[in-house]
Amino acid sequence: MNWLALRMLTGDRSKYLSLILSITFATLLMSQQVSIFMGIVTRSASQIIDVRDADIWVMDNKVRYIDEAPYLPSNELQRVRGVPGVEWAVRFHKSNMTARLPDGNFRNLVVLGVDDATLVGSPREMILGELSSLSKPNAVFIDKAGYEYMWPHQPFRIGQEFQLNDRRVVLEGICKASAPFTTLPIIYTRFTEIERCLPANRNVMNYILVKPVAGRDPLEVCEAIEEQTSLMALTQDGFFWRTIDYFLGSTGIPINFGITIALGFIVGAAVAGQTFYLFTLENLKQFGALKAMGVTNARLIGMILLQASVVSGIGYGLGMGVTAIFFTFTNRIAPMAGIHLTTVAASGVGFAVLVIILLTSIFSLRKVLFLEPAVVFRG
Amino acid sequence: MSVVSKSGPVQSARSSELAVQCRQIVKEFGVGETKTVALRGVDLDVLPGQMTLLVGQSGCGKTTLISIIAGLLNATSGSLSVLGEDLINMSGSNLVRFRQKNIGFVFQQYNLLPTLNAIENAAVPLIIAGQPRRQAFEAAKKILTLVGLGSRMHLLPNQLSGGQQQRVAIARALVHEPRLLVCDEPTAALDAHSGQTVMELLRKVALQPDRAVIVVTHDNRVFNFGDTIIHMDDGVVSKVEVPDRSSNGHNDSMH
Repeated sequence: MNWLALRMLTGDRSKYLSLILSITFATLLMSQQVSIFMGIVTRSASQIIDVRDADIWVMDNKVRYIDEAPYLPSNELQRVRGVPGVEWAVRFHKSNMTARLPDGNFRNLVVLGVDDATLVGSPREMILGELSSLSKPNAVFIDKAGYEYMWPHQPFRIGQEFQLNDRRVVLEGICKASAPFTTLPIIYTRFTEIERCLPANRNVMNYILVKPVAGRDPLEVCEAIEEQTSLMALTQDGFFWRTIDYFLGSTGIPINFGITIALGFIVGAAVAGQTFYLFTLENLKQFGALKAMGVTNARLIGMILLQASVVSGIGYGLGMGVTAIFFTFTNRIAPMAGIHLTTVAASGVGFAVLVIILLTSIFSLRKVLFLEPAVVFRG
Repeated sequence: MSVVSKSGPVQSARSSELAVQCRQIVKEFGVGETKTVALRGVDLDVLPGQMTLLVGQSGCGKTTLISIIAGLLNATSGSLSVLGEDLINMSGSNLVRFRQKNIGFVFQQYNLLPTLNAIENAAVPLIIAGQPRRQAFEAAKKILTLVGLGSRMHLLPNQLSGGQQQRVAIARALVHEPRLLVCDEPTAALDAHSGQTVMELLRKVALQPDRAVIVVTHDNRVFNFGDTIIHMDDGVVSKVEVPDRSSNGHNDSMH
């Protein structure tokens, strides 16, 4: 009977292809939009996940997301270091500055200042230059996409000079970094360089990065820090989700993407549902004849579900393939760097396709199950 | 042509020898004011080895009766024995199995699966019965050769003429060797010549000593093919004829 179901399905090439293409289109639209949405939202907290040496972020207790942390007095660092359960704690700076290039052009930047002694929070992977070069006077590193943005069409080269807040800095390395939400270049430098570039500021430390004592639960240490300092202490994961939640709740991003994803689902469901329903309707007499000849309802259900599964499986596979190809190419473009097909998107869209095909099948099944076999005798 | 009875059982054979025995079959559709009585107490006997024609005007109840006999529709009341089985009290799943094994169908509009070629269409009942595809195709080829489609068995239904499609449908109805063949207006969609050919084919190939063939028709050009002609009118059997087949010019062979 499986053979019969598949022959009925594949025999009419145009309908078969329409069904597959409708699922492919729905899969492509949904998986692409879900992946871009996840990529963009994750970017809002990418500087948090890029710091892998420290488990805890300490900040002002009113901070809602990574980009709006006020500076803390430097003595807070000592207070945090004094909390039981803290192995070490170091300063961290994050702000936006403007770079002035030798040709007069300027670029806005995300600037991260890491602890001079330990370089905690510095980039994990260098493309050009050595990590130790960050200790040189006036040294800065820039991420790959940022280099291409600031010096377009130029080969990777270190030694370039530019100004940060009218202070001369020297490019000593090109590194990898997750793209930020605003796709601005990311500059890494030492904390003392930040102090040099921002002389008017009394404080320039907006985060304290903490490593808990080995074996201590980071959540417990966070609680201890909060209790003892009145600052907010979050695990890396906690701070990541706090930032994500802010962007989801305070921007139109989820609504925009949600509408597109919903449209992908609705259009996919409508096209696939209508085509599959029409396919069943056109074969209704044949299904009636099969019933008359002794095919049970259970076997008819099996046939229709098999047809639906084949269509959805192939359509889903093709849709995912096209999405993967899409991101393979777009990953080379700086604004899309780091946005890729995620497992969550693939499984979520897989579930959505399953729902589409089940809904589609239910309408077709209703028609077939309630079909009187005697219908075959009505001319 | 001699009239055996005005209504009621048409044969005097013992019930155990009958292929079909209907007694006081009533079929009503709808309830209350919308209730329609399609059959008003039909008595009917069909012998194996015979072709029984069920004739009458549109709406007289032929299709309803044939649907009940084939186990596709439940009677409102009455008793029905088909091939010795009480279909009225048979459970749904047993009825499906009974149809699968014992009944072959030929439909007015052929109802061939458009995406299957002639062999595949003819093999469908065997595949439904769970027979391996290769064996089913072999059996289908044999029966298609028998109905004269040996050279066209790889064609799709839309590549065949109406008469050829009906031959495929006959092959499909016979491939699993059912003991009762039910044909609904098998010549209605065909021209006169093709209709005659199909009826000759049914007599030649379908009729077997242990197989009964019931043909619903209002095409009076094919009445001379029947061993028994049962006339229906307004939900009852109005007349039963047993033609003298020795003088009707048909010698049961294909022209």
